Amino acid sequence: MDTRRSRKLGTSVNWLKRHLVVIAGLFTLGFLLLPNVVVTVFSFNNPKGRFNYEWQEFSTAAWTDPCGVADLCGSLSLSLQIALWATLGATVLGAMIAFALVRYRFRARGAVNSLIFLPMAMPEVVMAASLLTLFLNMGVQLGFWTILIAHIMFCLSFVVTAVKARVMSMDPRLEEAARDLYAGPFQTFVRVTLPIAAPGIAAGALLAFALSFDDFIITNFNAGSTVTFPMFVWGSAQRGTPVQINVIGTAMFVVAVLLVLASMAIGSRRKRQKA
Amino acid sequence: MSTLTEAPPPLAPAPEKKPPRRRGRLTPYWLLLPGILWLLIFFALPMIYQASTSVQTGSLEEGYEVTWHFATYWNALSEYWPQFLRSVLYAGSATVLCLLLGYPLAYLIAFRAGRWRNLIMILVIAPFFTSFLIRTLAWKTILADGSPVVGALNTLHILDVTSWLGITAGDRVLATPLAVVCGLTYNFLPFMILPLYTSLERIDGRLHEAAGDLYAKPWTTFRKVTFPLSMPGVVSGTLLTFIPAAGDYVNADLLGSTDTRMIGNVIQSQFLRILDYPTAAALSFILMFAILIMVTLYIRKSGTEDLV
Repeated sequence: MDTRRSRKLGTSVNWLKRHLVVIAGLFTLGFLLLPNVVVTVFSFNNPKGRFNYEWQEFSTAAWTDPCGVADLCGSLSLSLQIALWATLGATVLGAMIAFALVRYRFRARGAVNSLIFLPMAMPEVVMAASLLTLFLNMGVQLGFWTILIAHIMFCLSFVVTAVKARVMSMDPRLEEAARDLYAGPFQTFVRVTLPIAAPGIAAGALLAFALSFDDFIITNFNAGSTVTFPMFVWGSAQRGTPVQINVIGTAMFVVAVLLVLASMAIGSRRKRQKA
Repeated sequence: MSTLTEAPPPLAPAPEKKPPRRRGRLTPYWLLLPGILWLLIFFALPMIYQASTSVQTGSLEEGYEVTWHFATYWNALSEYWPQFLRSVLYAGSATVLCLLLGYPLAYLIAFRAGRWRNLIMILVIAPFFTSFLIRTLAWKTILADGSPVVGALNTLHILDVTSWLGITAGDRVLATPLAVVCGLTYNFLPFMILPLYTSLERIDGRLHEAAGDLYAKPWTTFRKVTFPLSMPGVVSGTLLTFIPAAGDYVNADLLGSTDTRMIGNVIQSQFLRILDYPTAAALSFILMFAILIMVTLYIRKSGTEDLV
């Protein structure tokens, strides 16, 4: 009797507490999403001056002509190209390192681990500045290639971390079983190891793509006069922000959310079919 | 074969000791070689170049020479210590704000969201796909003079308090320290929420029940059970927020004024506009060491050795 009453009291206090947490959490979620709302609303603006910071009147002009600003779509396609190549490079190199770290014993493991960890624990501006020093000393022409080199460098560690987490949870005996069934090392890798590690590799690749596509600080130092999409936005913050920037920002947000929702729907349907 | 890859049979826990490799002693080295070389050449070697640049003297026209001119460090520190201090203060405030704002949301996703969990998770991650520069520029609109947000802060007399503290100026928020800290908090908040969520999600729900059964009030349960168990997330979240925030120059540039310049702004302008490479390299080196020292002390103090 007594415990039940105290539990009842406990739940009512819990109720209040639960709702406090929910309210605080939703406030934070609002804080996170408010800028996206503003970006979307202002993609329908018709600004008076060069800057798109003040609401004037509704217009769909920018949506019907998203490439209407010089260099904007060029910079976007350059960023996509760099992100694709950087993702490919960082994923291949990073997955190889992750496999070596989890599946093999070798010397200097500690040194390798800290070499992977340090780029993630370093402010971007330090990496950017030191890489620029290297390029300047070597007399390398800054541009597409220096950006790509830099992006592969800082994406690598994130891919290693993502793939490592997945490969670590794999049972090594599955590979041994394959080998016992007379699968060669290559066959074992392609038909057993790779399929199991695939989600980790995909997560790492996705992360690398997002990091590379949105990178500004390292690119700002090592791009020379090449203009990626973030560099274009940065420049426009000085010269004047075209509405088209908001159009592209909104479109990217919508596409990303739709892609994630679609993949989730497919995933849950598959799960249901299996069950 | 195919059944093996699709449905691994329930096996007993794998033995701790790794089985000896029969062949391919060199395989790990071949796997490591390309990636590690990449990091050595484009991450480690540049650090050495930067160290060497920081003790060089000379000019752009005549070229630079290593003269072990350590005075550059002293000059850089004595000229730019306010920016260093400001970086630590701004990044520190942003980290604390991220923790205060991020914890409830991470808690909400981990324990209270139910079937909304995936949707909220997507909403936390999705802004990443819009360039952070565009989203930071949106804060210029949100915090503009006379905007609804600023108006509300004014009506609630919050701006009086912040002006008294010296972090806003009158009824202006844009181009003040508050705007920069707000931008930093906003930009690095997901890096706080995700590790917090990961460590909260691992907590066994029965521990909460056990605490309740032992007559712990919800707040006591949180203080004695939930929060200590989420410490790994708190530590890695604060590091993932503080480190990039301390080196950031985007928020101070877009949302601040010349009075809110952080050390990142100085390094950027020394490197890309003033072209004083030795000073820039020295500043960047000091920043790196300061952060490495702070991070090491912090990890020692919080007693979490295994981070990533």
